Amino acid sequence: MSLVPEIDFGTPAARSEKMVTLTIDGNEITVPEGTSIMRASMEAGIQVPKLCATDMVDAFGSCRLCLVEIEGRNGTPASCTTPVAPGLVVHTQTSRLKSIRKGVMELYISDHPLDCLTCAANGDCELQDMAGAVGLRDVRYGYEGDNHVKARSNGETNARWMPKDESNPYFTYDPSKCIVCSRCVRACEEVQGTFALTIEGRGFDSRVSPGMHEHFLESECVSCGACVQACPTATLTEKSVIEIGQPEHSVVTTCAYCGVGCSFKAEMRGEELVRMVPWKDGQANRGHSCVKGRFAYGYSTHRDRILNPMIREKISDPWREVTWEEAYAHVASEFRRIQYQYGRESIGGITSSRCTNEETYLVQKLIRAGFGNNNVDTCARVCHSPTGYGLGQAFGTSAGTQNFDSVEHTDVVIVIGANPTDGHPVFASRLKKRLRQGAKLIVIDPRRIDLVSSPHIKASYHLPLRPGTNVAVVTALAHVIVTEGLYDETFIRERCDWSEFEDWAGFVAEPRHSPEETEALTGVPAETLRGAARLFATGGNGSIYYGLGVTEHSQGSTTVMAIANLAMATGNIGREGVGVNPLRGQNNVQGSCDMGSFPHELPGYRHISDEATREIFEKLWGVTLNNEPGLRIPNMLDAAVEGTFKGIYIQGEDILQSDPDTKHVSAGLAAMECVVVQDLFLNETANYAHVFLPGSTFLEKDGTFTNAERRINRVRRVMTPKNGYADWEVTQNLAHAMGLGWNYSHPSEIMDEIAATTPSFALVSYDYLEKHGSVQWPCNEKNPQGSPIMHINGFVRGKGKFIRTEYVATDEKTGPRFPLLLTTGRILSQYNVGAQTRRTDNVLWHEEDRLEMHPHDAENRGIRDGDWVRLASRAGETTLRALVTDRVSPGVVYTTFHHPLTQANVITTDFSDWATNCPEYKVTAVQISPSNGPSDWQVEYDELSRQSRRIKGKLEAAE
Amino acid sequence: MSDGNKIIRMANQIATFFHSQPASEGPGGVATHINKFWEPRMRRQLFDLVDNHGGAGLDSLVLQAVPLIHRPAPAEVPPAAAARA
Repeated sequence: MSLVPEIDFGTPAARSEKMVTLTIDGNEITVPEGTSIMRASMEAGIQVPKLCATDMVDAFGSCRLCLVEIEGRNGTPASCTTPVAPGLVVHTQTSRLKSIRKGVMELYISDHPLDCLTCAANGDCELQDMAGAVGLRDVRYGYEGDNHVKARSNGETNARWMPKDESNPYFTYDPSKCIVCSRCVRACEEVQGTFALTIEGRGFDSRVSPGMHEHFLESECVSCGACVQACPTATLTEKSVIEIGQPEHSVVTTCAYCGVGCSFKAEMRGEELVRMVPWKDGQANRGHSCVKGRFAYGYSTHRDRILNPMIREKISDPWREVTWEEAYAHVASEFRRIQYQYGRESIGGITSSRCTNEETYLVQKLIRAGFGNNNVDTCARVCHSPTGYGLGQAFGTSAGTQNFDSVEHTDVVIVIGANPTDGHPVFASRLKKRLRQGAKLIVIDPRRIDLVSSPHIKASYHLPLRPGTNVAVVTALAHVIVTEGLYDETFIRERCDWSEFEDWAGFVAEPRHSPEETEALTGVPAETLRGAARLFATGGNGSIYYGLGVTEHSQGSTTVMAIANLAMATGNIGREGVGVNPLRGQNNVQGSCDMGSFPHELPGYRHISDEATREIFEKLWGVTLNNEPGLRIPNMLDAAVEGTFKGIYIQGEDILQSDPDTKHVSAGLAAMECVVVQDLFLNETANYAHVFLPGSTFLEKDGTFTNAERRINRVRRVMTPKNGYADWEVTQNLAHAMGLGWNYSHPSEIMDEIAATTPSFALVSYDYLEKHGSVQWPCNEKNPQGSPIMHINGFVRGKGKFIRTEYVATDEKTGPRFPLLLTTGRILSQYNVGAQTRRTDNVLWHEEDRLEMHPHDAENRGIRDGDWVRLASRAGETTLRALVTDRVSPGVVYTTFHHPLTQANVITTDFSDWATNCPEYKVTAVQISPSNGPSDWQVEYDELSRQSRRIKGKLEAAE
Repeated sequence: MSDGNKIIRMANQIATFFHSQPASEGPGGVATHINKFWEPRMRRQLFDLVDNHGGAGLDSLVLQAVPLIHRPAPAEVPPAAAARA
C-alpha cells in the first residue's frame, strides 16, 4: 500500500474546446487554449519548480520560482500566469533560470527556520522539495538580521516574530514558517468562499491574518481545511499530523456526514487515521471539504463507543454485557415469541441512512424475508419522503435531476428551505463560486441565512415568508410567470401534457394566487415576489435547490410538486445548469430509499403490490412476500401505543431524538417488548432498548453510499471494526439466528444481488466502480456511464405532469397561548442528532442549542441575549438559552436539534405531510417566557438517561 | 392509531389535496393513495369508521373513495391465540 498519488498541475484546467500546440523542452504538447505554460508542462511530464501555484486556485505569480524562457520573447515570464500560444517554444531549465531560481530560494530560506528534522511537514514540504529541486546548497545572507523566525534577536525581543496560533482545535498556524505565498488566502476566497484570511502589512511586514489580526477560532474561519491543504509548508498543519507524523498509505473513501458525499483520502499510518484529505478526483466535492468531513472523525475512536453486545430484561435494569451469540439468540427468540403471541405483523425495523447501501438492503431483506412483513422504514420518512412522492408524481421518479457540477452552468438559483452553508457546506462553496462569477440568487426562507448576504455574495431577492406558507409563495411565483406570459411554451408543448398545463395555468392564474393577494398570508411583499419570479423566468438557466424547509410541512409533498411545476413551466429541466435539486440530509439517505427501505416499495422504487417485482425477489430469496404495504415509522409508533406492534430492530437511527413529538415516540418505544438498537453509542433511543448491538463506523467497513446527486461512491475499510463486526455482518448473523440461510462473504456480493434485481443498478458492481470511480444511477445497458442529468430527452414518466397546488393552512396555528412560530434547522459544526459531532472538538463552535428570537419579541418578554427561556408548545416544553438576533422575523423563532439535553422535538407536534406522514418539524406554535432552569421533563429525562446507561460491572459513565 | 381521530385526520388531509384537483381525479386519487400507502391495520380502522360509525368526521371525498379502497383481509389471529382456541 502507498499514498494515493495526486498530481498538482499548478493551475486549474482550462475549459476551452480550442486546442493549442506548443513545444516545451523539445516535447510537443497540445492543450486547451487558456492553459498555463506551467500546466501544459506538467501534462507533458515536466514539473516546473513552483511555490505559490497549486491547481485548486487561480495563478498568482508571486513566488518567482516558476520562471521559464520563451524563444522570441524577452525576459523570464512566470509559467503559471503565462498562457500557452500556438507554436511557442518554451525552455524550463536554462542557466539563467537556474541562477534566478537559486537566488529566489536563497532569499526564502534566509527567513525560514531550519528545524526540518523536527518539523511536522518533514516528508511533505514543498519548500524543502523546491530547495532540493533548484540545488540550493548555501545561504549567503546568513540568518541574522530582520527575520520572522526567532522569538529573540540579538538578545532583544523580535517584534516581527509571532507565536503559534493553536486556537483552532484541528490545526495550528505557525507564522514563523510562512513564506507568504497566499495559497491559504486564495483557497479561503476561491475554494471555500469565506474570505476569512488576508495578507496584512506590506513588503517584509506581510503576513497571513485571520480576520482583523485575530486568532483563527475567533475569526470568521469555518475550519473547512482548504487553507491547510493549500499550505506548502508547516505554517498551517493538522494537529493530528503534528502528533502522529506523516501518513504512509492512503485509501479513497466517502464521507459519512451529509448528502453531498465528498470523496476523501483517509491517510493512514498502520490502522491509525492520520488525517482526512479531500480527494481532487471526487466528483461531488472536487477536492473541497468542510469541518465535519475533514476533521470531525474523532467519534470513531471515542471512549463512549460500546464494543460489546448488551441485554436487559426491563429498561429500568442496568445493561448486562453478553456474547454476540447470546445477543443474536435472544433477539431471534424474542422476535419469534412476539410474532407467536401477537401475530406476524407485530414487529418491524428501521434501516439506517448512515449505513451503506449493502447494509440497508440487508435490513429490509431481513424484515421482508425473515419477519415476513413489510414493516420497514427509514429516516427519509422524516426528511425527504415528500420529495419521493412529489417528484414521482410530476416527473415519474423521485430522483434529483442534476449532478453537483451542474451548478457551474446555472444563471439563476432559487434556494428554498435550505441553508447550504451550514447543512451542505461543500455544495454551498461550489454555489458561491458560481454566484461570484455573476449568477443570480433568490432565497426563500423565513430566516436570513448566510447566503442572503455574505462576503461577495448578495441575494437579488430574499423572500422571508412565514413558516408554513411555501405552497402559497411558490404558487404565487407561478402566477406571475403564467399571467405575465413568461413561461416556456415550446418546452411545455414538447415535454409536458399540454392540457394538464392549461388546467394548471388556469388554476395559478386565478387572482387569489397573485402575490398581492397572498402577501397578507405569507408576509412576502408582492413586488419582491414579482421581481423574483421575473428574474427566475428570464434570467437564463434556472435551477432550484431545496431542503427540509420544503418537505417537513403538512403540505411538504404539495410544495415539491409546486417546485416541479415551476421548473417545467420555465423549461428548466433536462440539461446542465437547471433542474430540481433536493439537498439530502444524511450521507446515504438517497441510497437507503433506493434500497427498498420504504414499507410500500421494493428496491428500485417498485411497489410491493407489483407481482412481477415480487416474483424476482421471491425466486431469489425463496420466500413468499406480503403484497400489502407495511407500517411507516409514525404508524409503527401509533400501533405500538395501540398494542399491536411489539418489537423493532433499529439500525443506526436515533428516533427518540430525531423524530417529532418526543413524548409520543417514547410512549411508543416504552410499549414495545423488544427494542433492538444497533449503534455506535448508547443513543437516546437506547434508553428504551432491551438489546444493544454495537455498530461500526464508515472507516471500519466496505460498502457504498449514494449521495444527493444519485452518485454511488465506494466506502472502503481502513481499520478493523472496534466492535469486531461491520454492520452488514451483524445483520447477517441475526438473520442466521432467525433461520435464514444467507451466505455473503463480502459487501460486493450484496451489491451484485442488488444489481441483479434492480434495473437502475444493473451495471453496478465493485469492479465497475473501481474502473469508473463512481457512477450515478440509472446505470444500466441504456446508460452505461450512469446518468449525471435526468430527463434529457423527455421525462421518465413520459410527459411531465403539471399538478394544481392549493395552499392549505396547517392545523398548527398560532393563538393567544402560543403566539410565535418555531422553526428548526442545523448548524455547520454539528450533524443531525449530534451523536457523532458532539463527540468531537466541533463542540467548541456549538456547545448547546440556542433559541434565535427577534429583538422585538425578546423585549416584549423581558428576555436578554443569553438568558434561559422556557419554550412551550401544545406538545411539551423545554428550556434553552436565547440568542437575540434579527436574522429571524418578528413572530418567528428558530433553534437547532443537535443536543439531547435541549430535546427540541419535545416541542414539535405529530402533524405531518398529507401524502407521506413526513412530520411537520418546521412549524410549531410556541410561547416563550423567562426561565431559571431546566423543565421538569428535562430533569426527569436526564435521570432516565443516567439510569438507563448503567452497565453492570462498569463504573457509571461520567457524562 | 388507537386514536380514531388520527385516521380521520390523515384521510381528510388526503381528501383536502384531491378537492383542489380536477373533479374526475377526486375519489380515485384518494383511494389509490390509501391503497398504496396505508398498511391493512390502518385501512381496517378506516373501514371500521365507515361500517360501524357511519363515517362520522370523514370528508365526503373519503366516503366517495371508500368503494375503491381495497378491503384488507381480516386481522391475522396470532398463533398463540389460535393454539388456545
